[in-house]
Amino acid sequence: MTGWTRVEGPALRFPYDNVDTDQLIPARFMSTPRSEGYGKYFLHDHPDRDTLNGATILIAGRNFGCGSSREAAVYALADFGIRAVLAPSFGDIFAANAVNNGLLPAAMDPEDIASLEGTLTVDLETCTVGGRPFRLDPAARDKLVNGWDDIDLTLSRLQQIETFTRQYHGTIPWSIPTQGDTR
Amino acid sequence: MTTLFDKVWDRHEILRRDDGVSLIFVDRHLVHEGSHHAFRKLAERNLPVKRADLTFGVTDHYAPTRPGPVPDNIRGMLSGLLENCAKHGIRCFGPDDPRQGIVHVIGPEQGLTLPGLTINCGDSHTSTHGAFGAIAFGIGASEVAHVLATQTLWQKRPPVMRLTVDGDLAPGVTAKDIALGWIARLGTGGAQGHAVEYAGSAVRAMSMEARMTLCNLSIEGGARSGMVAPDETTFAYLQGRPFAPAGAAWEQACDDWRALASDDDARFSRDIRIDAAEIAPLVTWGTSPEDALPITGTVPERTDRTAEALAYMGLTPGRPLAGTPVDQVFIGSCTNGRIEDLRAAAAVLSGRTAKVPGLVSPGSAAVKKRAEEEGLAQIFTDAGLTWAASGCSMCVGMNGDTVEAGKRCASTTNRNFRGRQGQGARTHLMSPAMAAAAAVAGALTDVRPMLEGRT
Ligand code: SF4
Repeated sequence: MTGWTRVEGPALRFPYDNVDTDQLIPARFMSTPRSEGYGKYFLHDHPDRDTLNGATILIAGRNFGCGSSREAAVYALADFGIRAVLAPSFGDIFAANAVNNGLLPAAMDPEDIASLEGTLTVDLETCTVGGRPFRLDPAARDKLVNGWDDIDLTLSRLQQIETFTRQYHGTIPWSIPTQGDTR
Repeated sequence: MTTLFDKVWDRHEILRRDDGVSLIFVDRHLVHEGSHHAFRKLAERNLPVKRADLTFGVTDHYAPTRPGPVPDNIRGMLSGLLENCAKHGIRCFGPDDPRQGIVHVIGPEQGLTLPGLTINCGDSHTSTHGAFGAIAFGIGASEVAHVLATQTLWQKRPPVMRLTVDGDLAPGVTAKDIALGWIARLGTGGAQGHAVEYAGSAVRAMSMEARMTLCNLSIEGGARSGMVAPDETTFAYLQGRPFAPAGAAWEQACDDWRALASDDDARFSRDIRIDAAEIAPLVTWGTSPEDALPITGTVPERTDRTAEALAYMGLTPGRPLAGTPVDQVFIGSCTNGRIEDLRAAAAVLSGRTAKVPGLVSPGSAAVKKRAEEEGLAQIFTDAGLTWAASGCSMCVGMNGDTVEAGKRCASTTNRNFRGRQGQGARTHLMSPAMAAAAAVAGALTDVRPMLEGRT
């Protein structure tokens, strides 16, 4: 994943609340490999889908991305060309998935969102879009800016993990599953 | 001053960074066919699975539930999981394994789910396992890959919200109704950013199966996890399960588990109270789980907020909900596909005939076997419903069990999202007893009169 600080592009409105992951990508497309591109499945069954062509920034309603943990919903947005979603609130798992794929879930006050239109600049340094502030966890911001990969980060702490695990399994041995097959 | 959630969290926290993000050890990682993106990420980097002994696989999302030819893409999803598990030495309950079933049904059933553990799975309803006093939550593919590679997760400790349900549930009212009730009250974002702990006399009185239904639906209220403190009901459920501790380890575990409860003076960031006696059987009318109303209610008026959903659902404002004709029913899923759910549905259907077709898919192969032994399967087929094999089936339609466009389905599942059960499908969520009643009436209906003299 490559990091980024600023993105500029057209912002288009998709003003519905509770846009769930089943709408973002219907389940029937999810057996497809990512290499084929998920952009064509983005909001596949939604009547307003074509009004979003060319969007770099999506302006959405509350609780965007609620529902399932399917990261394919983020793949669909990203492959469609969207780099940031502005909404009053997001589904928790969706927001985490977005950040893991370089997509910004920017939480904003509804009044600020209402004032935005046209081509906008998203700035991760100032946490603003079109001059209006958005909320983003600092850890998520660092990850987007630096394009950090969690696996690399964690593998560099392997020693600490090993020490913890030994101690943990020493005190709580019953947490290791018994060999259910053999009983 | 410590909450149950924090007690379990603390024993799994390997480290905490300055920015407040913790590295958490994962006790159980469950994978299913949908985990293919994560396995591919691992393969791209040539990484092994760190703890295959703590990882378990099962086929459920794409599992065929009825005999007949299996389309290539579905066959590919099933064999993909089996191959990935074989390659990495992960134990996998495949289509022919007697332990197969929906991941959130088999975890507890096999004794893999235990109090005090951290449990993750690439599925949002992983919250189900919290019923045992575990921290359990769904994760996306990047996080699944991370757990596969490291057996850990980076997470920020969430604030905890307590939801206390006191009092007695009236006959015909279930954990499903409590869940839909609080989600309707607080909204689908109501618990966003929080872990939920369910407490109160009504929760203490619940069976493990009911607690699982309650925790399962936490995600529909925006919470990533839900929890219930373990107690004797929990221990009785777990004792003797195949992967649960046995002998001296069992005693040691129970001693430990008894201490897993929120302290009396624990502080919660939010505290919500619900009176169980006020809850009636609910049904959803719209396209979000928060669109739930008592079955005695009427279809809401058309407003900016409701218009889209009413149009999609084909409902007329102001009409009573009861009497809305349904085309079919579905009984199953990780929300309501366990043996008690099937018993509740069968209690309504026994000696009656369904006016509309319906599919009953037990939550696991073991539930299926048990239901056949208890004669429940016979009741369903005698009523005219189709008795199928276990899997996610019509909850998500990935295996081809879908509801046709424009058709209305009374369903025991968890999501009435547009297109969830199939493109254009209209879903009404409700409890198993209510779905059974809808089958008998051929319409949404109050189950309570049908239960008279039966429970
Ligand atoms: S039954 Fe439905 S909600 Fe449960 S795991 Fe399967 S698809 Fe997900």
